[in-house]
Amino acid sequence: MSFSAIMMLVVTTILANNVVLSQFLGICSFLGVSQKTETASGMGGALTFVLTLASFVCGLLYHLVLVPFHLEYLKTIVFILIVAALVQFVEMFLKKYMHSLYEALGIYLPLITTNCAVLGVALLNVQKDYNIVVGTVYGLATALGYWVAIVILSFLREKMTDNDIPRPFKGFPIVMVTSALMSIAFFGFAGLK
Amino acid sequence: MSAKNPGSAIGPARGMRRFDLSRYIHLKKDTAPERIVNGIYFENPVFMLALGMCPTLATTTSVTNAVGMGLSTTAILMMSNLFISLLRKIIPERMRMPSYIVVIASFVTIVDFLMQGFTPAMYESLGVYIPLIVVNCIIMGRAEAYAGKHSPLVSLADGFGMGIGFTAALIVVAAVRELLGNGTLAGVRVMPAAYEPISIFVLAPGAFLVLAVFVAIMNRLHIGAARRKDWDPTGKFVCGDCRSCPRVTGCSGKPETEAANHSHGGRG
Repeated sequence: MSFSAIMMLVVTTILANNVVLSQFLGICSFLGVSQKTETASGMGGALTFVLTLASFVCGLLYHLVLVPFHLEYLKTIVFILIVAALVQFVEMFLKKYMHSLYEALGIYLPLITTNCAVLGVALLNVQKDYNIVVGTVYGLATALGYWVAIVILSFLREKMTDNDIPRPFKGFPIVMVTSALMSIAFFGFAGLK
Repeated sequence: MSAKNPGSAIGPARGMRRFDLSRYIHLKKDTAPERIVNGIYFENPVFMLALGMCPTLATTTSVTNAVGMGLSTTAILMMSNLFISLLRKIIPERMRMPSYIVVIASFVTIVDFLMQGFTPAMYESLGVYIPLIVVNCIIMGRAEAYAGKHSPLVSLADGFGMGIGFTAALIVVAAVRELLGNGTLAGVRVMPAAYEPISIFVLAPGAFLVLAVFVAIMNRLHIGAARRKDWDPTGKFVCGDCRSCPRVTGCSGKPETEAANHSHGGRG
């Protein structure tokens, strides 16, 4: 894959094929931690870190261990265990050596194991036949797309807090309607492909 | 929204009586029929517990897809519930999460291959969402909340009820989306030829919109999770650790410390 093709992949992954708004991966945390911009941004940062690392490690293991030994059918089991172990490991590492970062990401790290975007990207990399480098870049771009989407949603939700919303739509439904409108807006980027 | 208790703003509408099915159905607790009714209605994973949102939004573009996704999840849920229940005395307390993950992931792999072999068209259209059943909160939630503590047969019934409840919810959402967005139901044209399909409903924004309206209707009728006064599903995900939370099905929507205390207190 040439450099320009990789750049194109990054742009389309962030905007046109946004992980949350068009692929529905990572919806739980997208709806759950978007009440304040600060926490939303923290979650986006933590996910970027873990997702990039996870897509690299999963790619490495897939191409260097599973493929040579013809164990491709174990990929779902192996990937989920890697993701769970990686999150634990990153948490322990940050706690010991980068305590300020650990404090900043703290509560968001355990949330990431349940984020289906992480496992989804590892599986998509295999499905789309990306090599380790492209797969890692794809993971990074996906995470950046998530970051963009969750921060925009948190801006909107902060604006909405004082609005007069019809009673049945308060809470969960209005957030879904907002996401629907954002999703329509992101359709505009489809022309980029 | 008042700052003190945001959820209380969603009260029952004036003159509207609460709809409560538990007044009409009385079943003995922890029996197979009770578990099945519980999964389909009282603890319906999508509408009542707001679990498994990703597959609900992603695979409801047509009724056919919804049935495929729902039934494969049901099969995995039943098998994982059965095996986790059979192994519940062998799995050590501290190793239970990794063990559950391996059991669930194994069944997901089996279903993945069965679908690839026998229903290739369905396998193509569901794509990456089949292996992603591993991270579906519902399955891990049932393993923790039910199968790890109850006998195999009841756990199997619990998995069946939850799975059928999930399938039914997916079909309801998918029917609305497919009807408005395509004019068809399970591929059969039902709308008159003059009907111009609103294609946004089968695209991504339609998923958010339809689910938003369903939850709003539930709020208005004051049923399901909305019966709880302080219910705010967006708050529930703050802890988000549904997989390791043994109280996921009884989640009060108040995460963090309280949930943590429960999990320690309950397990000693």
